[in-house]
Order: sequence, then structure tokens, then C-alpha cells
Amino acid sequence: MQAIVDQIKAKAQELLAAGTVDRVLGWEAGELAYDRTPAVFGPAEALDGLKYDLFCAANLSKYLIAETKKEGKVLALLKPCDTYSFNQLLHEHRIRREGVYVLGIPCRGKIDVRKLAAMGMEGITGVEDDGTTLTVHTLYGDHTCSREEALLERCLCCKGKEHKAFDEVIADPEPYTEPDRDRFSMVSKLEAMAPQERFAFWQGELSKCIRCNACRNVCPACSCLNCVFDNPASGVSGKANVDPFEEQLFHIIRAFHVAGRCTDCGECSRVCPQGIPLHLLNRKFIQDINRFYGEYQAGADPDARGPLTSYTTGDVEPSVVSKGGAK
Amino acid sequence: MQAVTEKKPFTPLIVAFCCNWCSYAGADLAGTSRLSYPANVKIIRVPCSCRVNPLFILRAFQRGADGVILCGCHPGDCHYSTGNYYTRRRMTLLFSMLDYLGIERERTRVEWVSAAEGTKFAATMNDFVQTITELGENVKLGDLRCKQ
Repeated sequence: MQAIVDQIKAKAQELLAAGTVDRVLGWEAGELAYDRTPAVFGPAEALDGLKYDLFCAANLSKYLIAETKKEGKVLALLKPCDTYSFNQLLHEHRIRREGVYVLGIPCRGKIDVRKLAAMGMEGITGVEDDGTTLTVHTLYGDHTCSREEALLERCLCCKGKEHKAFDEVIADPEPYTEPDRDRFSMVSKLEAMAPQERFAFWQGELSKCIRCNACRNVCPACSCLNCVFDNPASGVSGKANVDPFEEQLFHIIRAFHVAGRCTDCGECSRVCPQGIPLHLLNRKFIQDINRFYGEYQAGADPDARGPLTSYTTGDVEPSVVSKGGAK
Repeated sequence: MQAVTEKKPFTPLIVAFCCNWCSYAGADLAGTSRLSYPANVKIIRVPCSCRVNPLFILRAFQRGADGVILCGCHPGDCHYSTGNYYTRRRMTLLFSMLDYLGIERERTRVEWVSAAEGTKFAATMNDFVQTITELGENVKLGDLRCKQ
């Protein structure tokens, strides 16, 4: 890991020195040992603060919307899955491509701090990965756990280690591929439930929502300047009236607004302070799109037309839903 | 006391979004042909079925609708050539999502009704009102603030 960090830093220094880029978009240390905060590094010497480790889960592509509006060029450190979001934002003309130099960096999955906490680990100071097991260092001693126990759900269902957009790539000396897992298994499980059970499940999950808007703010697909949820007349702008409708409406609309554009980066679920599995809503749309309109991965190809902005004359009728949903 | 405990028979409130060029004219034809359909169907005219934002449908449920039906030109016959093709995809996904959240799947429907299909319009509305009456009141998607 350290070798990769050194390589990234050396490359960034080199590009800054050559004047190719003016700034570097990466991660810096946050308040706690496991906090990694997205940060922009200016002059070359400040790069000492640049961090890249198993905690750098944040998808940096959304920050490029603001960064590419500024003068000069920014060096963006993008993990393979971040490049899908990057492509999607390019497709939507949200990023000025000439303003970015994409450095593809390797990734072997990122840690879900919540999973570690659930296993009773406190005072985390660091994590080491030897390829099969993870050693978590804490103030109270070391713990070992399997990758499956500690990695983010989205990393366990990794989309692949190939960068979909880049100017340059730092290759992984020992690439690690996740075993094949079905990312739709939970969606299928929910679909198989009775409607009343499903309603109860979602009621339980969505009523935890505190309407902090973190899922919206972090989402690379949610990039409107004027958001429907900021309208105080929308009836869902706050959590002033606790009722089921308010919660459902917010989540249905949030998921629908990114339908067909969601790359399944999983940031919504990662940042949710209440641990609501928001990705299950997005994945439902992805699964429906795959099922009804053919396999589609948003961001894999920046020139492909999105499933909701195209059609075929032979599309299924909406009545398939009431007939059981199968094509 | 008597008045409070007395239970009125359930009459559903149905919102029907009808496109200006086909279904609204179809509703007109149903009227001029003296075909009857229940008065609890409230028609909202839209320029094209594609104009219907998924939010409109959710909003209708919020304000107390028990069922929402969207009517447009038959695929291929859209006044704007392709509008209803987009509607079809959008609504398929929205209805599927509502079903996923546990909302009764019978509460939402899309029907293609042309300007010449007054009979189909009346039959569709009769059938839809019947379905919703059997299903009962919409409690899952209603908003307490909008209750009277």
C-alpha cells in the first residue's frame, strides 16, 4: 500500500512541477484515524498531507463539478468505480473534461467503519490488508477479520478494477479480484416478500431517516443547482411533520431522479448516518432497467444513451408490474 | 355519537391524467355518446402523457387519491411522435418501485385510449373504479396533513 501512495505522490509532484496541473484532488486525514476527507491540495509541498488507504472510500468525481469551474487544471485521483460516475457526469456535461487530469489509482476495496464498530472494535488506529484477512489496529489491541466482514457492501460487489476514463493509470502490482457475488440478491429477496412485509420493511428503514440530505449531497448523479427538495412548498423539504408519506416521498423521488443515471457507487448508503440501505432502492431501478430494457451500466460508456432518455417501440407495458413484474 | 360511528360506504377518489389529443377527446366522446362512468373520476388534462412527472402521481396520492390512472395516445400515435414511449418507460419503473415499497400495485394504471375509443374510456374507468373500491382506501401513501 505504501508503495502505491509513494507512487501517487511522486506522480502528483511531477505533474505539478511540470505545470500540467495546478491542484490535486485527493484525501486528507480527518478528525479520527479512520476519517478520510476529500481535499484539494494546492502547491507542491502541501502534498505531504495526501492520504490514500483502505478508508478512502469517498467518490471524488462529484467534487470535479466545482473544481472544473475554476481556472487551471485539477489532478483527480479516481478509483476504478469512481470513473463510472466521472463518465456519467461528463455525459451530462457537468464536468469540463479539459479541466481535469485523471490519474487512475488502484483499489482493493474500502473499509466500512460501521461494520467494524458493529463487531465491537473501538478506537481504531489503522488497518492492514494482506490480501485475505484484515488486521485492524485499535487502542485496545489488534483484531483480525475477513474482507467480507469489514469491506463496504459495494466493494464486495465490485464492478471491476478497470478504469473507464483516465489520462494515466497507476497499476496495481498485485491486483485483487473479488469473488463473484450477486449484487441484486437482497433486491430479489425483497421482491419475493409479500407486499405487506415489504411495506413493513421499508417503513422500518425509512422511518429512521432524519432528512439530513447527506444521500442527496454526496450523490454524483444528484447535481442539480436547484433541487426539488429545497423547495419549502414541496411538502417534503424538512422533517417537521413526522409521517410516513414524507419519508416515502423523499426516498422514492430521490431514487427516481437518479434512475438510469445511477452508477451504483453506493455513496448514499455509506454516508447515511442512520444506516438506511438506500442502495437497495437504486438497485431496484437498475435491476428493472436490466430486466426490461437490456443490461445497462451507467457510466461504462459516456456516449451511450440512458435508458430513460431512449425507447424502443416494443417496450414492455407498465401493466407488467401488476402482472408480476417478469418480462 | 351516532353520526361519528355511522360508517359511510367507501367511494374512492380517482385521478385520471388524460392527454389532450387522444384520451381527453376519448373522454369527450364517452360523454357525447351518453356512456356513463363514475363521477369520482377526476380528469386532469395534460398536453401529453409524457408531461406527467412521477411526482404528480405521488402528489395525487398525498392529497387523498385512492387510485391514479394515466391515459395517453396508443404507442406510435403520439401527437408529438414519441412522447408516450418515454411515459411508458418512466411509468413502468415508477409502478415497479411503488410495488417494491409495498404499495398495492392495482392503485396505479396506464391505459392507451384514442380519441375514437369513447367506449374503451368508459369501460376502463368503470373497471378501475371497481378495482379501487374493492381495494379500499389508500392509507399507505396518504399524507396526514391533507386529511379532512
